[in-house]
Formats: sequence, structure tokens, C-alpha cells
Amino acid sequence: MLTILLDGIAYGMLLFVLSCGLSVTLGLMNFINLAHGAFAMVGGYVTALLMNRAGVPFLVTLPLAFFVSAALGVVLERTLYRRLYGASPLDQVLFTIGLVLMAMPIANYFLGDQAQQVHLPTWLSGRIEFHGVGIGIYRLFIIGVCGAIAATLQVFLVKTRFGARLRAAVDDSRVASGLGINVDLLFAITFAVGSGLAGLGGALAADVVGGIDPSFPLKFMVPFLIVVTIGGSNGILGALVGSLLLGVLDVAGKYYAPSIGAFIIYFVMVVTLILRPQGLFARTDAR
Amino acid sequence: MSAPARSENSVRLAAHLRRRARWRWPEILFWLAILAAIFAVPSRAALINEILIAGLFALSLDLILGLTGVVSLGHAAFFGLGAYAAAILSSEGIADPTLGLVVSSLIAAALGLATAPLLLRGADLTRLMVTMGIALMLGELANRNSWLTGGADGLNIAMAPVLGMFPIGFTGQRNAALYSFVVLFLLFALARRLARSPFGLSLLAIRENRLRAGALGVSTSRRIIAIYALAAGYAGAAGALLAQTTQIVSLDLFDFHRSADVLLMLIIGGAGYLYGGIIGAAIFIVLRDVISSATPEYWEFWIGALLVVLVLVGRERFGERARQLLDRLKRPAAWEEAA
Amino acid sequence: MSAPALEARGLVRRFGGLIATDNVSFSVEPGARQALIGPNGAGKTTLINLLTGVVRPSAGSVFLEGEDVTALSPSRRVRRGLSRTFQINQLFPDLSPAESLGLAISERNGSGGDFWRVAGGKANIVAEVEELLGRFGLEDAMDQPTRTLAYGKQRLLEIALGLASRPRVLLLDEPAAGVPEEERRDILAALAALPAEVAILLIEHDMDLVFNFAKRISVLVAGRLLCEGEPAAIAADERVRAVYLGEDARG
Repeated sequence: MLTILLDGIAYGMLLFVLSCGLSVTLGLMNFINLAHGAFAMVGGYVTALLMNRAGVPFLVTLPLAFFVSAALGVVLERTLYRRLYGASPLDQVLFTIGLVLMAMPIANYFLGDQAQQVHLPTWLSGRIEFHGVGIGIYRLFIIGVCGAIAATLQVFLVKTRFGARLRAAVDDSRVASGLGINVDLLFAITFAVGSGLAGLGGALAADVVGGIDPSFPLKFMVPFLIVVTIGGSNGILGALVGSLLLGVLDVAGKYYAPSIGAFIIYFVMVVTLILRPQGLFARTDAR
Repeated sequence: MSAPARSENSVRLAAHLRRRARWRWPEILFWLAILAAIFAVPSRAALINEILIAGLFALSLDLILGLTGVVSLGHAAFFGLGAYAAAILSSEGIADPTLGLVVSSLIAAALGLATAPLLLRGADLTRLMVTMGIALMLGELANRNSWLTGGADGLNIAMAPVLGMFPIGFTGQRNAALYSFVVLFLLFALARRLARSPFGLSLLAIRENRLRAGALGVSTSRRIIAIYALAAGYAGAAGALLAQTTQIVSLDLFDFHRSADVLLMLIIGGAGYLYGGIIGAAIFIVLRDVISSATPEYWEFWIGALLVVLVLVGRERFGERARQLLDRLKRPAAWEEAA
Repeated sequence: MSAPALEARGLVRRFGGLIATDNVSFSVEPGARQALIGPNGAGKTTLINLLTGVVRPSAGSVFLEGEDVTALSPSRRVRRGLSRTFQINQLFPDLSPAESLGLAISERNGSGGDFWRVAGGKANIVAEVEELLGRFGLEDAMDQPTRTLAYGKQRLLEIALGLASRPRVLLLDEPAAGVPEEERRDILAALAALPAEVAILLIEHDMDLVFNFAKRISVLVAGRLLCEGEPAAIAADERVRAVYLGEDARG
């Protein structure tokens, strides 16, 4: 029981790191980026390839996964994404689906369709006994790292000037730029960080999901969207709550009620949207 | 001099209001060409059948997206429901295709009716997520209830001949294509009539400016629910056709993939003038076959690229140019001379 | 003594802590030519939204020709004879003026939901469309998509649409807003030519338009009705001048 809870929390934390970028992009720029999973895939591949082909230690690959994904994010944002900031949701959906459809075959072409495995270092594998309950070390590692990231993000948002500017821009970007805040730069940095976190999440998730393969972005698009839907785009806390809820529900559901399975999650999402159709996505009433 | 001027305006007004009412020769040619293809190239009957079914599915999406402006990422829910309904009916011994088709359509329409109210409030993004969620839920339900749906193995489907005369089994591929053609044509003609009606005009108004439509007395909620149910019925009919003519149903009919594919087909062909779905389906499927035979794993890439380019250049611009072209073909000669 | 065409009784609207409409009561007589004026932020548009049903009041009621319509949705009120135009054009970009007007008339007739008949087939509707097009000078653009029309023409269409529902009461929200000088005369002429039996409530900033058009003026300040009366009286009223001059001094 405790194992399942911890598994669920770990999965939830992973989802959080993976999805918080999407959540902030949605909240900040009202931009639906269905291609978010592609950045996670890139990060996962960076870790897997560096470890398997260059023997780089696992922990060292993690920041690299972050930076490569972040860099890719910057490039794509400056060249492609920014043209669609004002576009209709349908256009954004079509555009990012197009990007995903392009990204997956590219990965397939260069890296083949076999899943690239990430082999955890021995000190991270295995379990420890805690009051008679077996807990995976890697699960604890994930909870720890992701928790630290969540805390850092929260502090950053609340305590720093950049965070204050970001919150202002999220509230009302027109007013913010009128106040001299460089909203453009803000968007770029936020998108980069969000993509970087996705990459990091992908690297961390590689072991849990059985390796990284080209279909990763599509496989995880739905969970990402559900997290963002349930948790809303009202900052870190919402994304965290949403992710944890989804993680625990998913793991528990698969264990306790396999005949219902993922149905519960979809149901919760639809009900959430019915009860709060505006509140989750529209930042202000200015729609 | 004022009297002749007024009647000139009257002529112009009347011509303008009725400009899309009559069937123009390009349209008649279009349908005859399809019919001819079925007879002329019987070896490709299965492919044509696939295009016709996908075209009907895309047409159903055009009713809500193109005409009314309601976005959906989960239209496959109705497609899959119709397919499985037809399959289950047949496995329960109801082998008459037309009866199965009608019942399956109605079942899908009922789901549309039930879920439409969820789409009335909220923004486009909400609609995209709710529709997607419903399709996923249905897919999960189908997956978990394999006693009914056959699960991953699917169901065994055997159909009686259509109208008692035309077998549509494995050996009746040409008949199958004809069957699909007739169903598509009838439903299309109905949709065309509807689009030209005052009801259809009010749907366009809802699409263009829902606020003002309401301010003019249009009961927007009721109209949206009505067209959504109809579109669901059409999608269900397409699904039923698939089940009946290919004898296969599979769980992936509810996949996000299917909803995304039909959206792509409609966008490629152009939304809002009813022919876009069929044209887009043809382009999509033919492209897929051509590219797949050359580079099987990478056709997704080219579709993705097409999508990206389409959006960057602007969907409206393609639609605009297509519409201008069509309008020029349709304008009555008399008015053209007077202009 | 017939009931007023439109009446507001004790209308209140709060948005959180802000009171946008503060216990407003006034009436518009049948066939009236009445104007509602007030400084920016006075709550004129909120009041219009309350009257038309777009916004629900926190308290108070709205009466249309003696009937309590407070619970009715906007489209139901339209069918009862209350119509409005918008300060920012709310038109149908891809539809032509003819189609837009045809739609409005069909809905009014109750035949807007017909799904079998071909639109544009009913001679009486077409005749009425033609008449409206002529009255507002829109014949030249009758079959062009609305978004291709000049702004002044769009504004005229906005008013024509409001009139197409043959309302008993018509609320005009700043019809001259944004219209270039040359085209204002068309708006003025269109307003002057509105049917006598329709009660008109005009919201405007343009004082020339207001004093030319209105026989009765209501002044709204900070959500409250300051005063009402004939144009001359309002023009001479000290408090009204203070409100407007005060604004000028600040601005």
C-alpha cells in the first residue's frame, strides 16, 4: 500500500517536472504546445546516448539533458513558435501536432526505433527496507530531485525579481510590457526553461518507462495535457497538485481496479473541465 | 431612371442570396467521376471505399468545425461508437446492413446529443480537451469491456447483402464501394441542403460571431446541440460503413490518432464548404499510400511538415483562394456580364 | 396610461467589491428619443448589458412593455422586441450585409430554424432586406463579405442589424464611435430616419449627436442616475457641467 503510494508520488513528481513547462507556457502565453513531449524525448535521448556511447556518468548527463533541451527550445521558439502566439487554439494545436509528427520520424531516422535504455548506476538501483516496507532507491531519488526542483521554482517565482516580472506578465502581458517589462525576453527564457525541464524529466523518466523511443512524445502527450487540465496553469502549486493526483490515481487505479484503469483519470479531467471551464485556462476575463 | 436601378439591385440581391442553392456542373461532375472510378477501376475498389468512408467522417467534422466553428479533438468517439455498434449488432444476428447503419448512426447521434451541452461553455481550448477526454474514455471503456467489444481481438462480422441483393463481403468490394458511395452521397446531399437553409446560415453566424447571433435572437445553444448530434450521427454512419464493408473493428478507432487524422484531412481539403472533407480524405489517403510505399516510416514526417506549412502560411488563405475559385465557377453568366 | 416601452427598477450590479450599477431606475416611453450620457467609466455599457440580459443584475428588475423580463436570456428578450447595437462592431465578417440582414429577419419571423428550405427563397424577407439595404445606403456592398466594407458602412450595417429585428425598443451603443468625420452625416441621417414607433435609447459621447437627436436625456455618473430631463435643462444643469468639466480639468 505504501509502496503504491510512493510509486504514485514518484510518478507524479516525474510528471510534474515533465509538465510544468507546458503548464507555464499555457498560463503565460496561452499557447498550447502539444509538441512538449518532443523536448522530453530529446532529454531522454541525450542521457541515454551519453551514457551508452560515451560512458558519461548518469548524474552528469542530467544537467546536459536540461541544457540541450533548453537550447533546442530557444531555437524553436525564436524561429517558429513566436509566429503563432496570437493564433487561434486550433491553429496552435495543428501546428504543434505537425511538429510532433516531424520530430518522431527524425528521431527514428537517426536513432532507430528501438528503445534506448538508461542503465542506472548501482547506487541508485535496488531497494531499501523501511519498517518492513521495500522502497525503490530510484523512486526516492526522483521524489527528492523533483521535489527540490519544485521548491526552487516556487522560491524563484515568489522571491526573485524575475519571478515577480513573470507573474506580472502572466497576469496581463500588455500591462506588463507597458510597465517596461521585456515580455518577449521573458517568453523566450520561460519557454527555454520549460523545455529544459521537460528534457530533464525525460532523462529521469527513461528508466521508469522502459527506455526512450521515437513514440515517446505521442505516448505522453495525453498525460501532460491531463496534468495541465486538472492542475491548471496557475503556477507551480497547481501543476504539482495535478501531477501528484494523476500519478497516484494512475498507479493506484492500475493496481486496485485494472478493469477501469485509465478511465478514472479521463473522467476526472472531463468533470474538472465541466465544473471549471473558464477557471483553468483563461487567466483573465478578457477573452 | 430610379425604377430600373431598383430592379437591377433586386436581381443582384436575389442572385446573391441564392447563389449556392443549385447544383453546379462541377459538383455533378465530381460525383459522377467518383462513380465512374468505382466501375472503371474495380481493382482499387477497396481504396476508394476507404476514401469514401474517411470522406464521410471528415464531412461530419466539417458540420461542426467548418460550419459552426466548434473545435473537436475527439470526433473519433462517434466514429468508433458507430463502428462497434454495427459490429455488435451483426454479431447479435442483425445482419441487414442498412438497418445496422441506421441504428448505429442513431446511437452515435445519441452520444452526441448527450455530450454537446458540455461544449457550450468555456473557450476553444476547453472544448478541445473535453472532446479528447470523451474519446479517450470511450476507448478505455471499449478496451476494458472485451466481453462486449472483443477487446484487442476485435469482433467477427458477417453482413447480409445490402437491400437483399448486393453482397458486400470480401468478394464484394465493388459493391462495398458503391454502398459507401450511396450513403455518402445521400448524407452529403442532406448536409448541403441544410447548409443552404436558414438554419445553416445561422450556424455560420454562430461561427462568425456567437455573441451577435444571440443578440439577433438565434438560440445558439439549441442549434449547436442539434448540429453536434447530427455530426455525431454522420460520424457514426461512417464508422458503421467501415465495420460493415471491411469486416474489421479495432480499438484504435477511438485513438487520438484518428481524431487528429480526420482533423488533418479536413484542414487539407479546406473547412466550411462541405467538399473539403472528401477532397482532403482523398489527398491524405493517396499521399499516405504513395509516400508509404516509398518511405514507409517517414510519411508521418511529410504530413507533419504539410501541417506546419499550412498553419504558417495561413489556412484561411488556402480556403479563401479555393472559395474564390469555386465562386467564379458558380456565378451565373448573366450577372457576370452586368458586373 | 400605457406602460413604458422599457423600464429599469432599482437595478444593481456588483463585481466583487465594485458597484458598477447603483440602484438605477428609469424608463423609456414608447416612441421615445432618449439619450444616456455620462463620463467614461460611468457604467453605461454595464447598464446596457443589464437591460439586454447579457449580465444578470445583483438586484432589481427590467420591464419590457410592462412585462418582467429580468429572468429572460438575451435571445428571448430580442424575440420580445428588445434589440441593441454594439459599441464595437459585432458583425459577421464572412457573411455579406444581405445575408446578415436576411438572417436577422428570418429569426424574427420564427423561420430561422428551418433546415430544409433554401435561405433567400422567401420573397417577403428578400424585399425587406432590400428595403433595409436601401435605407442605410448599403446596396453597393450588399454581396461583399462584411469585413471588406469601410468602417462607416460597417457601422451603418451594425445599426441596420439592430433594426432588422423590428424591435419595439432599440438600444444604440455609441453608434458614431470611431466613424470618420465625413461619414458621420450618414449615421446622423440614419438615426433621424429611424421609425417613429420604435423607442430609442442612445448612448453617446458625441454631444452634437445627442443634442440633435434626443428629446430626453438621462445622465449616468459612477453607476448612479444623476438627473434626467429635456436637453436644454440638462445642458444648463450645474451638476452635469461639473461632472464633465471636472473630467476635462483632470484629463
